[in-house]
Amino acid sequence: MSGPSNYKPTTAFGKWMHERLPIMEMVQGQALDFPTPKNLNYWWTFGGILAVMLVVQIVTGVVLVMHYTPHVDLAFASVEHIMRDVNSGWLLRYMHANGASMFFIAVYIHMFRGMYYGSYKAPREVLWMIGVLIYLVMMATAFMGYVLPWGQMSFWGAKVITNLFSAIPFVGDSITTLLWGGYSVDNPTLNRFFSLHYLLPFVLAALIGLHIWALHVPGNNNPTGVSVKSSQDTLPFHPYYTMKDAFAIVVFLMFYAAWVFFAPNYLGHAINYQEADPLVTPAHIVPEWYYLPFYAILRAIPDKLGGVLAMFGSILILFALPWLDTSKVRSGSYRPIFKQFFWIFAIVCVALGYLGSKPAEGWYVVFSRILTAYYFAHFLVILPLLGLLESPKPLPSSISDDVLAKKNPAAVPAE
Amino acid sequence: MKLLKTLGIAATGLLLIFSAAQAAEGQKDAKGISFSFEGPFGTFDEGQLQRGYKVYKEVCSACHAMQYMSFRNLSQPGGPGFNEEQVKVLAAEYTMQDGPGEDGEMFERPGLPSDRFPSPFPNPQAARVANGGALPPDLSLITKYRPGWYGTFNQLVNGIGGPQYVYSVLTGYVPDEELSEELKKEQPEGKAYNPYFANGHWIGMAAPLSDDQVTYDDGTPATVDQMARDVSAFLAWTAEPKMMERKQTGFMVLIYLGILALLLYLVKKKIWANAH
Repeated sequence: MSGPSNYKPTTAFGKWMHERLPIMEMVQGQALDFPTPKNLNYWWTFGGILAVMLVVQIVTGVVLVMHYTPHVDLAFASVEHIMRDVNSGWLLRYMHANGASMFFIAVYIHMFRGMYYGSYKAPREVLWMIGVLIYLVMMATAFMGYVLPWGQMSFWGAKVITNLFSAIPFVGDSITTLLWGGYSVDNPTLNRFFSLHYLLPFVLAALIGLHIWALHVPGNNNPTGVSVKSSQDTLPFHPYYTMKDAFAIVVFLMFYAAWVFFAPNYLGHAINYQEADPLVTPAHIVPEWYYLPFYAILRAIPDKLGGVLAMFGSILILFALPWLDTSKVRSGSYRPIFKQFFWIFAIVCVALGYLGSKPAEGWYVVFSRILTAYYFAHFLVILPLLGLLESPKPLPSSISDDVLAKKNPAAVPAE
Repeated sequence: MKLLKTLGIAATGLLLIFSAAQAAEGQKDAKGISFSFEGPFGTFDEGQLQRGYKVYKEVCSACHAMQYMSFRNLSQPGGPGFNEEQVKVLAAEYTMQDGPGEDGEMFERPGLPSDRFPSPFPNPQAARVANGGALPPDLSLITKYRPGWYGTFNQLVNGIGGPQYVYSVLTGYVPDEELSEELKKEQPEGKAYNPYFANGHWIGMAAPLSDDQVTYDDGTPATVDQMARDVSAFLAWTAEPKMMERKQTGFMVLIYLGILALLLYLVKKKIWANAH
């Protein structure tokens, strides 16, 4: 982590500390003075929003655990105990449950922002790949968290998803047995999911530390995609971006609060308020909304193993994105054709989500297959070809030129 | 503005996929009656909850358990508004088994406010035997897990319709003599026809309400419709006893965050004024 730092310890304690652990120098250089492109728009505030959401989830989660009992006979009742008898327990639980959805809304915006502005391109490939890893760990964490209340959808969702691993040749059954801690979803499954659900958020925190480290080496991308060239292009992170992020975070918290207080159960499944019953299968087993596009891809393939491979492949392919996109231009703003394909891709993802919520029958399956094919074609055909065929618009000579041109279009002569 | 527009479009798209649940087979949409507790400003009507409790106690509780409710809940704020003395009297009407005492034997004592509502059957098997094989579900959470209707937008605007589901089932029985010949042929023994019931049209519970079945203390005429409304409202409260506290807190939180956001925006604007 390098950055210009003018840190000079002023107090005696500051000097003493600086010789032993120069942490204040790091804070000054990386969090306060850190040079940040001056043209970042509000799409760039979602990184900060995500950091806040992780903290909210960990804090509410740690307190919930003080009242929760991870046992198949007691889990559901302990959640109702939290809702009814624990002081503000309903608030903690609704914050945690809706917090997961907010976390995913923010992460999807963050990822699509990265895709639109080419934030995965050199020199930020590692930053992007750590991000994909964070997303994978998030999905695993959220999945295991949804199992803990031991409602009907908790149980049957766990059953369907863990069953997927049995499709893996040779070792599949062993993996499933290991996940279950036995031969079906039962108390050992709940215990190990609880343990891992408590562990993984701290893994996430560590990965996010690496993500920020990998961000602070090349510095932020920006809406023009043009690299920072001089100090004219940047502003110190504090107070400019601390204040901009703080404003965006509070607006996002308002959106979050609207769900928590006025529609706290809308984003979940009603049937999860019925205690798990291994003998009664719900009419429709549907995962949480944030998994639906991948659920559609899973069911689009008529073969079980094929479906599992396609589903994991649809996420793993993101690791290769920096090399699949052959264009040298980062920002989609200067790539007129890419821009259109970007939005088509975004719509395809939402449409896959819709299909994932529908039963796998009739036309739903047909459309799921077409859109799954398109999803992969976007990465494997469209992006590689576009980079070679498309002629991008001229790039601004620097970030600061672009900012000035937008402020005062007449004053800057065409170059 | 562009950001807002894009966010708006994205939100609309996402709404399409949020919890787009499927209707259970053949379930008829519940009757769209309205309740006082709906919407962000809705509150429970104490009189209605007290009447609903009476219907639950005198009719439903003969077969249905309510394991997550205690008598003390009846005097908590945001509920039916009984006072503590009334709750003590209500609880003492029941005899509870407790123990073991110092002599190692179980003993009986009058109910206390801290006791849970007693269950009518000692275990699910006993409940099935007494009810022709059907298990009367616990009612604590029924308005939260049984949607009255489906559809992503519909549920966002109108809620899941849980209380309406209960109301519609209670008032939706078709008497045997009005059934068509075809339906009569497929009628299982001991079951009644109810198009609103979530598990196929045949329901194991006989129509439980008839006019003047209970005598309301406040003089409200106890029609089937009135009793069904009142007990549905009561079950909405038992499923979400902290609803009033939640909404009140929500308004304070949103006002606080709104002012904070405005201040932060103004500070941000001032700081950025000299940025370029």
